[in-house]
Amino acid sequence: MTVTSSRIDAGDLAQVAGLRIVPKRFYGRWVAAALIVAVLIWLGVAFAKGDIAWPVVAQFFTAPAILSGLTNTLIMTVCAMALGIVLGVVFAIMYMSPNPVLRGVALFYIWFFRGTPLLLQLLIWFNLALVFPTIGIPGLFSWRTIDIIGPFMATLLGLGMNQGAYTAEVVRGGILSVDTGQTEAAKAIGMTRLTTLRRIVLPQAMRVIIPPVGNEVISMVKLTSVASVIQYAEILRNAQTIYYANARVIELLIVAAGWYLLVVTLLQIGQYFLERHFSKGRGVRRKVKRAAAQEEPA
Amino acid sequence: MSAAEMKAPAIVTVAHVSKVFGELKALNDVSLAVASGAVQCIIGPSGSGKSTLLRCINQLEKIDRGAISVDGELIGYRRAGDELHELNDAEIARQRLATGMVFQRFNLFNHMTALQNIIEGPLTVLKQPRKQIVAEAMALLERVGLADKRDAYPSELSGGQQQRIAIARALAMKPKLMLFDEPTSALDPELVGEVLTVMRDLAASGMTMIVVTHELGFAREVASDVVFMDKGEIVEQGPPQTVLVAPRQQRTRDFIAAVLK
Repeated sequence: MTVTSSRIDAGDLAQVAGLRIVPKRFYGRWVAAALIVAVLIWLGVAFAKGDIAWPVVAQFFTAPAILSGLTNTLIMTVCAMALGIVLGVVFAIMYMSPNPVLRGVALFYIWFFRGTPLLLQLLIWFNLALVFPTIGIPGLFSWRTIDIIGPFMATLLGLGMNQGAYTAEVVRGGILSVDTGQTEAAKAIGMTRLTTLRRIVLPQAMRVIIPPVGNEVISMVKLTSVASVIQYAEILRNAQTIYYANARVIELLIVAAGWYLLVVTLLQIGQYFLERHFSKGRGVRRKVKRAAAQEEPA
Repeated sequence: MSAAEMKAPAIVTVAHVSKVFGELKALNDVSLAVASGAVQCIIGPSGSGKSTLLRCINQLEKIDRGAISVDGELIGYRRAGDELHELNDAEIARQRLATGMVFQRFNLFNHMTALQNIIEGPLTVLKQPRKQIVAEAMALLERVGLADKRDAYPSELSGGQQQRIAIARALAMKPKLMLFDEPTSALDPELVGEVLTVMRDLAASGMTMIVVTHELGFAREVASDVVFMDKGEIVEQGPPQTVLVAPRQQRTRDFIAAVLK
């Protein structure tokens, strides 16, 4: 007779310990996986049958105009993000300064650039020549605004300054996450406020800052596409230019989507290594290393 | 205090210092002189103002009234005729070089190894050549018995080991005076001894020390002078044999009885 009970006498325990163990069955998972596979097959068939000329996708994936657009997207991501991070750190430090003037400036900056849409900021930068036909110091030197602020400059300033306002808050959060005891210990060995920030607080804040900034780099890659409205020749704009000519709309959008996914995937891998670097002294990285070292000689 | 110590000039003078946190009077008209080479212990119940007094001496807190001098310098201000001008960040940082501080919660820099913690001050503040300070730092690690932990991060060290590294970090700046803010209060009981041993050696080497502590045994053995504080005031001061063994004030007696219970 089959016994299906959890009740057991102490005397039977030794006998039970030798029985074969049958792992738990997860029927729900199998059903879900089967459903997902079915949906994927259906989607695949739909796209294959649909009116998409896949050879065109392949043909344009490495077309010169697409690659130069990709390059411009990447250049803008790097430049705008660099400007954003520099501004973010500077304004976060100003925000937390005991100096009320610096604090006020930082507050205004964050308020203004977070408070207006990015697209509007891009349009303002691009049309700055309408307000100031020339820029410079009167009597010393001046340039025509239209020569200086072209699509690249307007996009860089728009994306970078907008990003700076968000990054400032991320950096401020990171600085606040560092224990005040660290600052006191730094003061006690004679460090000034700025040296303490640079040597002690910011390196430890990085652990908290990197994940959200990594997130924002990824979102910046895609945000550069907004610059297509002010004629910056990034990948989406170049894809559009091509499909205006050959009417292969979906094919070229698929090309652009493919490149965005590829770039973002690479960035995610990079973020993993960066985070591992800044977890230094948190006992994660070194413990793993040590465990590996202990296993080796055995 | 021995006759020799009586003659030694005061390295720290606290004159009529008051400090208020909101409604709370943390320090109320406190005056104290610490002779060069002395080991000044400060005892008292929590909230008595003893840590605040220590933190005022190296300007981690600003005083509201009174004046403090360290190593012959008025701290926090520059006198110009009848006016006191507040010092700026860099000048305060320079004044802090005279004192080393050891915290209750160690406060080692978490992203740096033991060795990096010790050389950080000499490297970035004093801007000394790396080769020389690494050699000196290794000597300090040897002195606190942790030469084999030079590459360990704080998270990999016990509390007692972290506190000994923290002492080495403070000593690396070659201060004239060491401040200890309850250095053993955050430690497991079995780790207190190793930290006190290092402090005892330091006292024997002639370092001037101001120690806020609950370790009455250590105070009795090492202190040249003991202050008992309560409610922001100095209640009793004198040699350890008097204050710790036969106190004159009832409040001191009650406190010592409570600690020894």
